[in-house]
Amino acid sequence: MIAELTQQAAFPKHLLDFQGWNRKHIEDLFETAKLMQEVLSRPVKKVPALTGFTVATVFFENSTRTRLSFELAARRMSADVLSFSAATSSLAKGESYKDTLLTLDAMGIDAYVIRSDAAGMPHQAARWLGKPIINAGDGWRAHPTQALLDAFSLLERLGSLEGKKIAIVGDILHSRVARSGAELLPMLGAEVWLCGPATLLPGGLPNVTMTTHLRQALQDADAVMALRLQRERMDKGLLPSEPEYVAGYQITQERLGWAKPGALLLHPGPMNRDVELEGTLAEAAQSLIERQVANGQAVRMAVLYHLLVGRKGA
Amino acid sequence: MTLKAQIMTPDDVRRALTRIAHEIVEKNKGTEGLALVGIHTRGIPMAQRIAEIIETFEGVEIPVGVLDITLYRDDLSEIGIQPKVRETRIPFDVAGRSVVLVDDVIYTGRTVRAALDALVDLGRPQRIYLAVMVDRGHRELPIRADFVGKNLPTSKSELVKVKISETDGEDGVELWERP
Repeated sequence: MIAELTQQAAFPKHLLDFQGWNRKHIEDLFETAKLMQEVLSRPVKKVPALTGFTVATVFFENSTRTRLSFELAARRMSADVLSFSAATSSLAKGESYKDTLLTLDAMGIDAYVIRSDAAGMPHQAARWLGKPIINAGDGWRAHPTQALLDAFSLLERLGSLEGKKIAIVGDILHSRVARSGAELLPMLGAEVWLCGPATLLPGGLPNVTMTTHLRQALQDADAVMALRLQRERMDKGLLPSEPEYVAGYQITQERLGWAKPGALLLHPGPMNRDVELEGTLAEAAQSLIERQVANGQAVRMAVLYHLLVGRKGA
Repeated sequence: MTLKAQIMTPDDVRRALTRIAHEIVEKNKGTEGLALVGIHTRGIPMAQRIAEIIETFEGVEIPVGVLDITLYRDDLSEIGIQPKVRETRIPFDVAGRSVVLVDDVIYTGRTVRAALDALVDLGRPQRIYLAVMVDRGHRELPIRADFVGKNLPTSKSELVKVKISETDGEDGVELWERP
């Protein structure tokens, strides 16, 4: 007999950003992610939990780690995975995003992982498809699973984020990672500081402190996250020069000394060594950079579990 | 739900666990390579107690693991609820061991099937036994228990509640009628 079912609190249908998600959802998700870490430590790193489900990864924008991490997470849970790339699709022949997604949907997809350079595309897909949608990054807007794996990695080392100061440094303006972090980390009790040149700081982010002064941002920080300069998204004129940025905002061993002793160091990747981060720091004992990637899989397995199980036909 | 009968008293449960512990050692011809794995929830304290009983009469500590079968259920793609995933912790190598799976009730056999799948993903045991407090019948799969506290023929409208003091405050087995 399958004797007992300890039921989870109902989760939101989609993970587009953290609208509709609360701290309890996040804590339950992290609890599951911890158990997924155990699965990933086994000789057979695979469970049949999502047998019978099909997950489509729909990437209208290129990606290495996020796509591979999601596909591996889905496969570790025994889901069938359909992988869609814009570059090799009928989009190139002029098919609309909507028709492309509806074509996929006719193939019996149960959930979509969508990345797009257009902000709001995953929201549109949620309206068009009515299936669980996981936002794998849309424009500058949100990248919720990255924020989740960052928070999860921090929690592993810090125990709790309550009252912890987290500084996010770099090209905040173009960073969906910073926006999702600014949404999620305060929800878990962290004090978030966003720091960068004035031209790369956006307005309108609640619950965070913004500053152009690196020392102020790093002072007594428990963790520091460096962000990549997204030159491909920049209009000319936002930065005087890369050397000037490096001089003002690169995270160096010396500057990390402004933070708390042993302060953790994160980078969501891809990393431009010796630009946003002094090259050797990536391998320092306090660096969580590799751990972030490893945890990405467990966190995404947990997301897929919570968005898919118990939802078929719902 | 209405309580129909008290099937086992605390003494009955204690005696059944003691008998199962002896039967396990007898069937395994000693304690060599023996390990116990409790299935969430009540299988865990039952496995711990059986291990303690074996230790008292054999003087050998038997390793005990904890198994959650949620990710191995065969109905996860269909059910309309989301079961909570719980801890699996097997602090020994299952390869080559005689592993006794321990659960409170065997009914359809689907939990045990899931547990067998989960266990063999962790390694290749030399053999797997099954110990349960109550066998209530109605099997849907060709699975049987090796060690049974009590065989209890039931109707499908009935519910068997095994109570273990670590999780329920007292030991006992009750038969309830579903509304």
